[in-house]
Amino acid sequence: MGAFDFLMQGLATAAEPMMLLYALIGVTLGTAVGVLPGIGPALTVALLLPVTYRLDPAGSLIMFAGIYYGGMYGGSTTSILLNTPGESASIITALEGNKMARKGRGGPALATAAIGSFVAGLIATLLLAFLAPSIVKVALVFGPREYFALMVLAFVTVSAAFGDSALRGLTSLFLGLALACVGIDQLTGQARMSFGVPELLDGIEVTTMAVAMFAIGEALFIAGQKNQQDDEVTAVKGSVWMSRSDWARSWKPWLRGTFLGFPIGAMPAGGAEIGTFLSYATEKKLSKHPEEFGHGAIEGVAGPEAANNASAAGTLVPLLTLGLPTSATAAIMLAGFQQFGLQPGPLLFATNPTLVWGLIASLLIANAMLLVLNLPLIGLWVKLLTVPKPWLYAGILLFATLGTIGANPSSFELGMLLGFGVLGYVMRLFGYPIAPIVVGLILGPMAEQQLRRALAISQGDWTVLVQSPIAATLLGIAALALIVPLILRARGKGQVLAQLGGDED
Amino acid sequence: MKQFVLASLLAGSVAMPAMADYTIIAPANPGGGWDQTARTMQTVLQEEGISKSVQVQNVPGAGGTIGLAQFASQNKGNPDALIVGGYVMVGAILTNNSPVSLKDVTPIARLTGEYEAIVVPAASPIKDIAGLIESLKADPGAVSWAGGSAGGTDHIAVGLIAKAAGVDPTKINYIAYSGGGEALAAILGNQVTAGISSLGEFDAQIKAGTLRLLAVSSPERIAGADAPTLKEAGLDVELQNWRMVAAAPGLSDEQKAKVTADVEKMVKSENWQKQLADKGWSDTYLSGADFDAQLEKDVTSTGTVLKDIGLVK
Repeated sequence: MGAFDFLMQGLATAAEPMMLLYALIGVTLGTAVGVLPGIGPALTVALLLPVTYRLDPAGSLIMFAGIYYGGMYGGSTTSILLNTPGESASIITALEGNKMARKGRGGPALATAAIGSFVAGLIATLLLAFLAPSIVKVALVFGPREYFALMVLAFVTVSAAFGDSALRGLTSLFLGLALACVGIDQLTGQARMSFGVPELLDGIEVTTMAVAMFAIGEALFIAGQKNQQDDEVTAVKGSVWMSRSDWARSWKPWLRGTFLGFPIGAMPAGGAEIGTFLSYATEKKLSKHPEEFGHGAIEGVAGPEAANNASAAGTLVPLLTLGLPTSATAAIMLAGFQQFGLQPGPLLFATNPTLVWGLIASLLIANAMLLVLNLPLIGLWVKLLTVPKPWLYAGILLFATLGTIGANPSSFELGMLLGFGVLGYVMRLFGYPIAPIVVGLILGPMAEQQLRRALAISQGDWTVLVQSPIAATLLGIAALALIVPLILRARGKGQVLAQLGGDED
Repeated sequence: MKQFVLASLLAGSVAMPAMADYTIIAPANPGGGWDQTARTMQTVLQEEGISKSVQVQNVPGAGGTIGLAQFASQNKGNPDALIVGGYVMVGAILTNNSPVSLKDVTPIARLTGEYEAIVVPAASPIKDIAGLIESLKADPGAVSWAGGSAGGTDHIAVGLIAKAAGVDPTKINYIAYSGGGEALAAILGNQVTAGISSLGEFDAQIKAGTLRLLAVSSPERIAGADAPTLKEAGLDVELQNWRMVAAAPGLSDEQKAKVTADVEKMVKSENWQKQLADKGWSDTYLSGADFDAQLEKDVTSTGTVLKDIGLVK
């Protein structure tokens, strides 16, 4: 039987009424737990996995697929509506998504996220089904130096894409990089800048920082404004559905996001965040409305959301072909598979095709189910924004706090949340963009570790960084992205660029 | 009124049986070995009716020392609180200079264990463990080892191997990854000379022929693994990455006996054995004075190795 027949067989099983019900339950549970801020997909899946143990393998897999995709999507909902990203991969979604929500365009933002997730999930799952073995070969070529070059590219493109003042953007980025140094150094196991505080040994939690910066900082900022009437939140302006122009502006970012997110997600050390960063930067460059970025550009939601979901399917490539879990969520999935005696690895597609294709079919069904569940709910979700502002922000503060405590029960973590919240407020007050600080915190340790690994392997020879063609190409693109704007600026086009830059906040 | 009746009924039904409602701290993120151990315990304890309700709480960070510190300070004398830990914690306590150690909790039993495997990519010119040791002796820096976190079991194993081969352990070129999985990618991609992690991490790849197994760290050969032990290869190294469960500090002997009995009942159940088999963990159950002695021994020897590698001053 060929791959296609297996897939059809899997789909036939997964489309039985009982199975569809399990998928619906999974998606509902996943979304419900995933919308709690601070609870990312990993914890959602860990909490709900035991629920699936009671079912037969087919039912269990499909419910699990539903939980997985539901948890992923639930995180985006809170990012857009409440500016509280539940995990690092939906931080970028909050940037434009929440701006849209506050302008009464929460409906289209949620819709483009849902449909974009669906499109990306669909394409990426099919790519996974038919190309996984060849993709993983390419992904393995990526060693420390190639990853380092990729990080450099991400730094350059992302920092260029934030804010109109390069100086402020870079200040914020370097603040993030400095904070990223806190904690145990991965390569030597020695504590750095933790000042004997045990909670700092593991570094600063990205989600705590993101929730503090975005949600707490903003709540303080709103409360600190004298004239409360100025920035009235309009829950719904125009249709809750996507207009013709929303569609026109969304479909290309969905596709681009998918093709950025999937391969990076498939790389063992790629992660979901980098895809979303690169997608955001790309959309801002290519958009016909760059002035809207920072004020609720739909492309800035569509692209990163697609990238995020595509990378979730990408994560399954090394998991299924190598037995290599590259994210916490994937590690929990591995545990889930093991209960059926399914041992992911190089022989999996050959030894256990029914279950593998069953899983892939389940993912496709769950993906569609997510859309079925969430599109009608959008109207309900946006009602949340009609809640009077003091109540809404009080609610946001409550959920942000609960989420942080839930994910990491310690009073120190809570203190950090509030401390960074104040920092976020001060930065907003003086017009510093807040996204780069979070980007720095995420990318900093990755770039540092990969650079040091590359140099350790080469025993200190720096030329190793440009000796690989892939690394050299990536670094070349990064250099171009850095130099071209400088030349343009020198030729007197600086004003145009500054205008294009737009203001983030 | 209705709620009140309901609440008192609930309270009554909870108070009546002498069954403990355990809370298990997994001092790591969801997905890792400790988290999976805690969640497997949760499943088995509940399904076997040993405990009515079991909660798992993740307190991640710093090789488990953050969870350990929190556990020791918040649960003094609480017979219902458990924490999962393991050999990695022994090393982390020393490297992080943790103020709280395993002496500050009540170790109950060792549950599972895995032995280390030393591998090279299939394309590597190194054919056996003797070949690897030869390269190591010729130029320790030129042999890069990919493995899990710095100061963890894998790193300690490399230090022990170097020492046993008469190579200065401070000269080893150990490339730490956040886990065996990420290290595996580096080994498969031919980025490093050799790899070291639990045998289970490499098993599928060895069977598929993409990795070559050179040696294992067990006292005797492992069934199904076609490689000599380190001892056979003339290196006096034996290392097991074990996982354990501990109870809160300040328990009475009676309370400790009760927890130990519950854990023993769990380990002896068919359900537990099946879960272990599914996950590929071996049962290395050890409790009481034997476990205390083994723990003591591991802590001392680990301290020496970490000093030799230069991770602990």
